[in-house]
Amino acid sequence: MDTAVLNGSGAITGKVASAGCNVYYGDKHALKDVSVVVPDRAVMAFIGPSGCGKSTFLRCFNRMNDTIPGCRVSGKFTLDGEDIYDPALDVVQLRARVGMVFQKANPFPKSIYDNVAYGPRIHGLAAGKTELDAIVESSLKKAGLWDEVKDRLKDPGTGLSGGQQQRLCIARAIAVGPEVILMDEPCSALDPIATARVEELIDDLSRNYCIIIVTHSMQQAARVSQRIAFFHLGSLVEEGETQKIFMAPTDKRTQDYITGRIG
Amino acid sequence: MSDLIETQHVEVQPRSEDYKSAAAAARLRSRYRTETWFKYSGLVAIGIATLFLAALTINIVRSGLPAFWQHSLAVTIQTSAEDVNPAEIRGADYAKIAKDALKVLFPEVKERADKKALNALLSSGAADGMRDRLAAEPTLIGKALDASLLLSADADLYLKGGMTTITTRPGSGSATPSEATGEITIALPNADFPANFAALKSQTADLLLDDKMPSLLLALNGGIAKVTGINAGSVTAGVILPLTSNQTAAAGDWQILSYLVPESERRLNDQQVTWLERLKVQGRVQTHVNWLFFTSGDSREPELAGIRGALIGTLLVLFVTLSLCLPIGVLAAIYLEEFAPKNRLTDLIEININNLAAVPSIVFGLLGLAVFLNGMNLPRSAPLVGGIVLALLVLPTIIIASRAALKSVPGSIKDAALGVGASQQQAVFHHVLPLAMPGIMTGTIIGMARALGETAPLLMIGMVAFVVDVPKAFLDAATVLPVQVYLWSDLPEQAFVAKTAAASIVLLVVLFAMNGIAIVLRRRFERRW
Repeated sequence: MDTAVLNGSGAITGKVASAGCNVYYGDKHALKDVSVVVPDRAVMAFIGPSGCGKSTFLRCFNRMNDTIPGCRVSGKFTLDGEDIYDPALDVVQLRARVGMVFQKANPFPKSIYDNVAYGPRIHGLAAGKTELDAIVESSLKKAGLWDEVKDRLKDPGTGLSGGQQQRLCIARAIAVGPEVILMDEPCSALDPIATARVEELIDDLSRNYCIIIVTHSMQQAARVSQRIAFFHLGSLVEEGETQKIFMAPTDKRTQDYITGRIG
Repeated sequence: MSDLIETQHVEVQPRSEDYKSAAAAARLRSRYRTETWFKYSGLVAIGIATLFLAALTINIVRSGLPAFWQHSLAVTIQTSAEDVNPAEIRGADYAKIAKDALKVLFPEVKERADKKALNALLSSGAADGMRDRLAAEPTLIGKALDASLLLSADADLYLKGGMTTITTRPGSGSATPSEATGEITIALPNADFPANFAALKSQTADLLLDDKMPSLLLALNGGIAKVTGINAGSVTAGVILPLTSNQTAAAGDWQILSYLVPESERRLNDQQVTWLERLKVQGRVQTHVNWLFFTSGDSREPELAGIRGALIGTLLVLFVTLSLCLPIGVLAAIYLEEFAPKNRLTDLIEININNLAAVPSIVFGLLGLAVFLNGMNLPRSAPLVGGIVLALLVLPTIIIASRAALKSVPGSIKDAALGVGASQQQAVFHHVLPLAMPGIMTGTIIGMARALGETAPLLMIGMVAFVVDVPKAFLDAATVLPVQVYLWSDLPEQAFVAKTAAASIVLLVVLFAMNGIAIVLRRRFERRW
């Protein structure tokens, strides 16, 4: 694993990084010694067959695995060099800085406005109603949803179409001003048009954010990512620039996977 | 093939023939048979359940409805400062005033026993309404008052038709009484019944006109006489209502009355029945809604007994129960479901909560007796103690229902909240709890309905008691609706049968009201996702 670059003082470079990560679900060793560095203002895609541990690994970066009973995480994770698993670090603040978009769109059963405004409200990011309105508007605009919903912000978020719901979830994640956005198969339940819109959005967002996306689609990984990490059976097999992975994979398993001979 | 996957090759053929064979058709028929059978068993089960429910409801309503009406006597009473001391209006002898008012209507009643029988038509609280009126408006003293005197439970029961039926037929020939009052002989030269009676008596030697037989009475000359003996061509009779004269009543001017239920089998004798009939004819008997039933506490006199004490007691108890077990139950459920570490201790707590839900309710009564009455010296029969005991009883139900409701909220909602940086507590209270609220409401109402119907635990803490006063505070002696039903069902007076059913109706109405509130609250809280 040549990418876990440790500098002289022992800190890891990159926006977020992991070194020697192991995850256990009870007795099951789900992730084995994974080390990855994700650069800022770029999209990194995690690919691999089902059950290879890529979603588990993704959830390590905002400590969502903490909520799963029996799940143990070891190894070093950093965000801008800060230890993510430092006991002194407030996990709630971490999750505001590392936003997440889930596989299945999960808007709150509240209005569109409240969905986006919830995060800023609990973190006290807006001083008043006008400021909150501005955050909601800019988040929805960034998520490319504003024009579709600006006239019905009071309607329930659950009434939107699947693609719109997923973009609403992205707007909700953006609204708290994260530095990193984790996306767990965000397009797996969307039709090709909705997928294209979300991909466009990811491309836009990557100019300002560090994005990690888990996907099952080679084409999607090729379209949106600058770097790819390929996982298999809980191990990181290969990691590198997207072009290099697709053109000249060093591992046979990677080659088999991306050429569609498995998976 | 890639070395990432291993595939075992097994031959699999399409089996379309297997779905077209006779055996397949038989399997299909058998499946249809099972499904049809299941469908009809379900329908039959629902039918039987509905039938039982309807029978129960009809039975309770039919036996309970009469208790919501009551009869009283319209009289005009002239009070004087002698009868009612204006300085002490409530202290006057209103029972005597009421009796005197009735006596005026039947001046012929002189005998002590007859007077007693007449007074028995009035309730012991007959003039309570008048007392309250005078107390509120003392200027009425000395004026003629249109009052309505409450009739006794027996009289009320008779007027509701629950005691005997009366048949009337015209007498044939003339009837000539010897006197207008007292024990008389009535000559009946052409009547048919003495002959019929004589024929019957010749067959059965010991046939007597006594109180085991339907009563036979003659109405003539504006009065009524009860037949006591039958001879050829005449009868001996005792006058119950004085005749105006001893003139001969022509054929068609007199009637033969029969009170079909024998005198020994009813609570009112012939004399009393006749008086009531006369009062009815005079238009003095009024039927009105039994407001007393809703405004008074328990009483030994059925006509004065009301449900208010038990109703207020129930509301006080339920208030204590709800305000204890809703917050404790819901918070315990939230802690166990969302925050508690999963270890042996929490497993043990969970098992014990499930066990507690199945503990017989009387055990909670024993606990209440030992801890609250003997240990903490709280008063007996108090709604506070009853409420605490019932809260303990329904707490497991509410915790279990609330946990189930919390568990049924999709985890994705909580993930979403945690994902934008909500703390566990914020995620639970902002998102999970509101979505679980309808389920929690349902569980709470089921628990409260159970509390509403409990009698056994209250037995132990002295709430199964005869309490006359309507409770006003949480430490007053009180009883509750199901206990009232139980107490009344145990009493020998027939009038309490209707009261028992009526109290059950009130209990059911309270239950329906609670369920109604639950439905409204559910609608409020319900959200789709």
